Amino acid sequence: MSRLRLHDLGCGYRAGDKGNISDVALFAPDPEVYALIQTVVTADRVKEHFGRFVEGAVERYEAPNVLALNFVLHDALGGGGPRSLRADNLGKTLGGALVRLEIEVPAALAGRRAPTPDVDWAVEILNRLVR
Amino acid sequence: MGVRVAGGQGFYGDSPRSVAGLLDAGVDYLCLEALAELTLAILQKDRQRDETRGFTRDLPAYLAAALPAVAAGRTKLITNAGGINPTAAARAAIDTAHSLGLSGLTVATVAGDDLTGRLETIAEQAELRHLESGELFADFPGPALFASAYLGARPIVDALAAGADVVITGRVADAALFLAPVVYEHGWAWDDWDRLAAGTLVGHLLECSGQSAGGNLSRDWWTVPHPWDLPYPIGEVESDGSALITKPEDSGGRVSFDTVRHQLLYEVHDPSAYLSPDVVADFTSARLVDEGLDRVRVTDVRGRAATPTYKALLCHRAGFSGEARVGFSWPDAREKATATAAIFMQRVEDAGLPVDEWHVELWGVDALGGPTVPLTGAEPPEVMLRAAWRCADADTAARVGREMVPLTLSSPPAGMTGLGRGAGAPSELLGLWPTLIDKTLVDPQVTVTLEAV
Repeated sequence: MSRLRLHDLGCGYRAGDKGNISDVALFAPDPEVYALIQTVVTADRVKEHFGRFVEGAVERYEAPNVLALNFVLHDALGGGGPRSLRADNLGKTLGGALVRLEIEVPAALAGRRAPTPDVDWAVEILNRLVR
Repeated sequence: MGVRVAGGQGFYGDSPRSVAGLLDAGVDYLCLEALAELTLAILQKDRQRDETRGFTRDLPAYLAAALPAVAAGRTKLITNAGGINPTAAARAAIDTAHSLGLSGLTVATVAGDDLTGRLETIAEQAELRHLESGELFADFPGPALFASAYLGARPIVDALAAGADVVITGRVADAALFLAPVVYEHGWAWDDWDRLAAGTLVGHLLECSGQSAGGNLSRDWWTVPHPWDLPYPIGEVESDGSALITKPEDSGGRVSFDTVRHQLLYEVHDPSAYLSPDVVADFTSARLVDEGLDRVRVTDVRGRAATPTYKALLCHRAGFSGEARVGFSWPDAREKATATAAIFMQRVEDAGLPVDEWHVELWGVDALGGPTVPLTGAEPPEVMLRAAWRCADADTAARVGREMVPLTLSSPPAGMTGLGRGAGAPSELLGLWPTLIDKTLVDPQVTVTLEAV
């Protein structure tokens, strides 16, 4: 079996906050990858992945209608937005941190790679405006 | 006919430039969601300085952009920008209307979400517990700087039924701002759980402005058209609860299955039981289908009876923070940053300054990813050290920060640089204390006041 990061498999993510809870959603690109992450990306595995970042429990919920898993990370924001000393006090970047997780993938998915961002449009703007 | 509802604001500080595009596209209701959890804390600090404040300061800018269309009968405006002082916000709306020479408007104020002065009484009648820790209200590290219940759609529907053109509220569940006009227009019953769930889900999709239209997108984020002109979303809700999520045509951004599903789960715990004051919505029942360019159809949403409680959020003081940021370049950038953090903290300890909590981040190494970042032997070309601390009072927090300053010259790591203009004065930290309160203890105080302009 090969190992790939969730990002390489094309998984999307979005993170938000409620008090000292971080809600992190993980989106599969297709039903095949959804079936895989549903099996292997367990609450325990996510808890271990985040280590000291998550002091409380991790709960996992399934949203098969949008090919997604939703993770609720308790005690994960240094006391919550207005209390936290973290620069990312709302945990906005924890979605990206989740898709860094590496999982075992079957041969049929082993060739998946995340596309390379094309930001030529941004470079054009910068070239015009930055002296 | 579907009711067209737009999400013109997603937070306090969002851009009123969205409003013109939405009004041009034609919307029956423009809903402005201004209150994140910590926003009431900001507004509370405002009101401490000036009793006439406590609502979002950008409200007049939104009103100036929208009220001419409201006065012309093209749309109605609903917002929770009243914060902890909706009465003063309504006054601002009336003043704005006057200054624009507009008349014939009815402005409604919804109050009663503010529990600050009634907490002790409520606590005598019900056992209040911290929603996460289970801690009892008796141990609340008071006094409460604010305490607000998340009201539902009903008082807003009452205001619309009474003829309001502008409805200003304090804390209301975000999605309820959007559910209310749909309930009012379609005449849905308060126990029509599936339709209430559908309206709540649409509200949830619209409440965070650009986040349904290609904002904060993962995966192929760089492919979103004209991202500097990201539109805010529009929901067109039919009487059966089905809805179309779309955007103004003349704009950038994107509305697709992918952009919409990103928002569907945003800040949701259990998606099969999204708790709102009006209904328990099952977001996993929804069917989302791309129906052509920038059009997503939402159907089949199911709901269950609402719970007997409102969520309420209490806030308490939690000390003061300060922070310092310095940068290092190769060679030894990571080690220099680590050493500087240690030297700084040792100096603070030797100075006898009490610090209740330290936090150290190495930007360029693992500040954001923490333990998820794989350890490699790579030498980063540059590292920024950000140290933050919490002290009991602002003066101590400021004195801690001054211990970093002399290290520029008098500390071994070579080439320490400041980062632009760096961090400012200490700021007050606030703790949030979420709880549940029986609706019967809140509802009798909820009022709707109308004033004609």
